[in-house]
Amino acid sequence: MSLHVVYAFLLRYLFLYTRNWIRIIELIFWPLMELLVWGSLTVFLNGKAGGQVPQFVTYLIGGVIFWDILFRAQQGVAISFLEDVWTKNLNNIFVAPVRPLEYLTAGILFGILRTTVAVSVLIVLAAMNFNFNVFTMKWALVPYFGSLLLFGWTLGMLSSALILRFGQAAEALAWAIPFLIQPAACVFYPLNSLPEWGQMIGRCLPCTYIFEGMRATLDHQPFNWGQLGMSLALNLVWMAAAAGIYAWVLESGRRRGLLTRVTSH
Amino acid sequence: MSEPVLAVHELHRKFGDHVAIEKLSFQIQRGEVLGLLGANGAGKTTAMGSILGMIKPTSGSIRVFGMDPYHDRIKVLRRLNSSSAYSDLPANLLVWQNLYVFAKIYRVQNSKQKIADLLEMFEIAHLRNRVTGHLSAGENTRLHLCKALINDPELLLLDEPTASLDPEIADKVRKIVRRVQREKNIGILYTSHNMLDIEEVCDRVLFMHRGRVVADGTTQEIIAKFDQKNMEDVFIRIVRDGNIEDAPAKETAAV
Ligand SMILES: Nc1ncnc2c1ncn2[C@@H]1O[C@H](COP(=O)(O)OP(=O)(O)OP(=O)(O)O)[C@@H](O)[C@H]1O
Ligand SMILES: [Mg+2]
Repeated sequence: MSLHVVYAFLLRYLFLYTRNWIRIIELIFWPLMELLVWGSLTVFLNGKAGGQVPQFVTYLIGGVIFWDILFRAQQGVAISFLEDVWTKNLNNIFVAPVRPLEYLTAGILFGILRTTVAVSVLIVLAAMNFNFNVFTMKWALVPYFGSLLLFGWTLGMLSSALILRFGQAAEALAWAIPFLIQPAACVFYPLNSLPEWGQMIGRCLPCTYIFEGMRATLDHQPFNWGQLGMSLALNLVWMAAAAGIYAWVLESGRRRGLLTRVTSH
Repeated sequence: MSEPVLAVHELHRKFGDHVAIEKLSFQIQRGEVLGLLGANGAGKTTAMGSILGMIKPTSGSIRVFGMDPYHDRIKVLRRLNSSSAYSDLPANLLVWQNLYVFAKIYRVQNSKQKIADLLEMFEIAHLRNRVTGHLSAGENTRLHLCKALINDPELLLLDEPTASLDPEIADKVRKIVRRVQREKNIGILYTSHNMLDIEEVCDRVLFMHRGRVVADGTTQEIIAKFDQKNMEDVFIRIVRDGNIEDAPAKETAAV
């Protein structure tokens, strides 16, 4: 892996975002709206119950923040790739000495940056407006955030592979992928509220354990190492599979002569 | 003769049942400009894609600097570059930013100076701070050529570099290609539908038709062989007649 290539792509993203303030707004807009909706709902429910509602309503705000980490990480990888599809720059990259790993790493690093910005804003606003302090979860946040990031990158790789294979027709799907898994991932409710078959799917997703863990931690239950281990193990499996699919799609593109035409079908 | 920068041997490429390239063989030496000519769909872009490691040949071999571009992709790509009418540089970056990113990818030393020199050479230095998407087609093409020369390639692949250029700029681009080839002694593969390009820029021409080479030589040789007035007429004759089994295709394979 050549770090100067990774650096080149990071520089490109930096140019892109410093030139375009609308992108920075986009970065904060959606999580902000979501926070306002769920946060206000929390306030409303709390008020109705005269403070009787247990703290489970704060799950909603925690869910918004945690979900955004996953979603931003996926977007970091997928949008960086789409950026090159949209601008017809993909051909230039394929004929430049750029390894897929370098390209992905840049997308991931950039994704971390995007996530940090968006999630920081969320954390601050949630604390100021809804009295929700994410840091009550203390060090448990580190493995939680880490696991969500990993799975976000995996989904980003899968989205890129889809676009590479099926062209821009798959673009809408690439956006939808995180939401496809959202119901089973139990972002806002516990696993046992899903029907049996839904729980089965949920158990195959590394992020489900994290959302479950978040709720437990907010309830001051002891940290569940078993759940974290399960999440990390599943992450490895998913990531290996996604990397395999990504590499396979690239290789099959070369065999079928489709790489030169990713933008045009 | 020294080792050719590019050697293609019996290259075959099929897409399903469709044969895009059949038995393509040629070499490019250092300091030589080879023109690849042919009607739409003749297989020129497919040939370039194969040389760039983007398309896997069905059979046959390609050697760039003695290496296989498919297996030694990164090593090969570091030393060549290309510009194609089929790609674009990100429209939302400034001209210098685009070149700077590629300079970093190719690890160009003294990149700021290099970029300034290239912009100067193609007479677009005044566009340095322009948004790439705002460039005219001709300005954009010249920016592409700057990108294609940024790593001082030893082999340059140009797919229709003068498409959408006005005659005066096209003339300049031809002269620059000539100058680069002379000064840096690099090999160039050049496709174009502009016969003036071919006559002026190329040392040697390969005429492809339906994936096969039907003529190979200097423009004068080819014009004489087909008994025509100029390359334009040769082109029309080959493409209209279609089936030229008797054409001097066989003897041209080994160069
Ligand atoms: N991935 C692909 N799948 C199927 N057919 C393909 C593919 N790529 C190219 N072809 C076909 O191969 C033939 C050669 O195409 P190519 O793009 O190499 O032509 P060309 O000589 O560059 O033409 P032009 O002058 O129009 O650019 C065409 O008939 C094209 O339709
Ligand atoms: Mg072409």
